[in-house]
Amino acid sequence: MGNDKIHLNRQHLHYLLKQMLRIRRFEERCVTLYSEEKIRGFLHLYNGEEAIAVGVMQALNQDDAVLATYREHGHALARGLSMTSIMAEMFGKQSGCSGGRGGSMHLFDDKLRFFGGNAIVAGALPLAVGLALADKMQQRQLVTCCIFGEGAVAEGEFHESLNLAKLWQLPILFICENNLYAMGTALEIEESNQKIHLKAASYGMTSQVINGMNVIDVEAAAKLACSAIRQGDGPHFIECRTYRFRGHSMFDTQLYRQNSEIEAWKLKGPIVQLTHWLTENKQLTNTELQAIEQDVDAEIEEAVQTADKASVEPVADIFKHLYAEAPHE
Amino acid sequence: MSEVTFREAFKAAIVEALNDDPRVFLMGEDVGHYGGCYAVSKGLIDQFGTQRIIDTPLSESGFVGAGIGAAMGGMLPIVEVMTVNFSLLALDQIINNAATLRHMSAGQIAVPLVIRMACGAGKQLAAQHSHSFEGFYAHVPGLKVLYPGTIADARYMLKMALADPNPVIIFEHVMLYNQSAELAENNDIAPMEKAVIRKTGSDLSIITWGGCLYKAVAAAEQLQEQGFSIEVVDLRCLRPLDRETIIDSVQRTHKALIVDESWKSVGMSAEISATIAEQAFWYLDAPIRRVCSIEVPFPYAGHLEQACIPQIEQIVAVALEMLTTAIPSEQVTL
Ligand SMILES: Cc1ncc(C[n+]2csc(CCOP(=O)(O)OP(=O)(O)O)c2C)c(N)n1
Repeated sequence: MGNDKIHLNRQHLHYLLKQMLRIRRFEERCVTLYSEEKIRGFLHLYNGEEAIAVGVMQALNQDDAVLATYREHGHALARGLSMTSIMAEMFGKQSGCSGGRGGSMHLFDDKLRFFGGNAIVAGALPLAVGLALADKMQQRQLVTCCIFGEGAVAEGEFHESLNLAKLWQLPILFICENNLYAMGTALEIEESNQKIHLKAASYGMTSQVINGMNVIDVEAAAKLACSAIRQGDGPHFIECRTYRFRGHSMFDTQLYRQNSEIEAWKLKGPIVQLTHWLTENKQLTNTELQAIEQDVDAEIEEAVQTADKASVEPVADIFKHLYAEAPHE
Repeated sequence: MSEVTFREAFKAAIVEALNDDPRVFLMGEDVGHYGGCYAVSKGLIDQFGTQRIIDTPLSESGFVGAGIGAAMGGMLPIVEVMTVNFSLLALDQIINNAATLRHMSAGQIAVPLVIRMACGAGKQLAAQHSHSFEGFYAHVPGLKVLYPGTIADARYMLKMALADPNPVIIFEHVMLYNQSAELAENNDIAPMEKAVIRKTGSDLSIITWGGCLYKAVAAAEQLQEQGFSIEVVDLRCLRPLDRETIIDSVQRTHKALIVDESWKSVGMSAEISATIAEQAFWYLDAPIRRVCSIEVPFPYAGHLEQACIPQIEQIVAVALEMLTTAIPSEQVTL
């Protein structure tokens, strides 16, 4: 992690594929767990968008900060949160990464500087501004990476935050996951100008649109942006064009789009594309792919079993963590 | 002892905080070059520079959220929101983020932030600049809500708020800024979450806070001249609420009168009434009474504005009714 240049060797490509597969298979397992009522609440899956989380995380160092949305399982997994702690959280268990208080939409890990999981559209953007401000004030050469959907662009907080970020030249990498729908509202119905990267450019920051279905493109763009940010170039903005293969949440009947559209996008999916390219170019054998898949499945199985067996927080602890008791040092 | 204004006290507290800890900075609209909307931070930008006295654009949600993020990132921000009314644009950040992040992350995320806001009526600023919304914030677990009503609290509460590892909101009543009072050096004041008895008495408890405190004390003094012994309880902190001190006082005086500059319905005074009814009902010798603001958006015209908010004469009149008869002569619901 953290190198400016990307190393397109076989090993790295296998690694990227595996990370995407971890997310995809995890999400698919969540669907069954949801119907088994092991997971409750809102559940937003990331299928189709894996290349963004995986690509972007390659550009970040251990102590950079990450903020994401309610569709953040993929970001959390790619960031390095253990699958077990994420699964336990979704099961509402004490060992979950948020102690069972957050659930699917509020995954946190302060050691990995993963600051959510935020279920308010655009709610994390001002926080990213503040985290980056704190880094700048304390002369830390860190990047704050803030990931959000194109739906957030219509909120005032998006514009307030971009303005502040550029005004104060803050080290923020804005990643817009433009999957063309905000719940069931298509981009054309929602945005006066559908070229979202231009909105960011209008604030004077470097901004671009890329193919969010290609993990290499995402990694390359994120690395270049991060290295510019680390050199003091201020905020950068990347609009990633992508598509979510499943509904907005488990309750979505998808009346707003055609099946044919979904199927067409699935052919462009990040995992099929990379797998296809690797096999075409003799960089991935069937045996290797199966080994990766087996690894992933074992990891998921282990996470599910552990989460299932984990204990729940006693109700008596409900007030724990409402307020900190000890004065901070 | 020397006389200082509330404005000077608030300012001295900020200066002390900036001098004491390099992580502290002040951020808000017009806090720097303009000198602060109510001149609290006048001159600080010359003393501390633009890195620590930060003028923000008009983006309440943006800069309050940035304050939360900066607190998460290891700083100790003091965010000023010009007027409590404008903080409604930042409600999302304050309630959905500042108040929830620690609990939702099982204690992993700390938000050691202080938000200061001017509030209150009396300057004929009409409905969009005069309201008292401390009760809104006091409604929310995860926040702490302070409202200094004495010069010592104005001077020293910020220090306690900054030492507290949680998001703390401090209200500053605009009519107090110019008031002055004696301030002892190194004042030893009660912990910020404790209610304080400002005047002891045995016949009736007036329970109030912030901008109404001096009115309650003045009313108590007038009643004293008429031979009644009135206790004045200054809540100081509306969340967490020091219910013990309220109940304790009412158990001694047997009568409770609440004075609140906000509206009566569904407000802070209702919460205090309910607390007394739940925990001290059998000690009461008279129905609980409340002097609150009239339930309209506060008007501009001076006489109308004054008619809206609690006045000393009104407090005295209601107290006298309670002291002379157990049954209120009129039960007007405004
Ligand atoms: C402030 C706010 N308004 C509305 C919602 C309900 N809501 C949740 S997700 C969503 C759509 C967001 O779409 P987008 O930002 O494009 O992200 P995506 O879900 O496509 O990843 C809406 C309207 C919300 N959570 N927060």
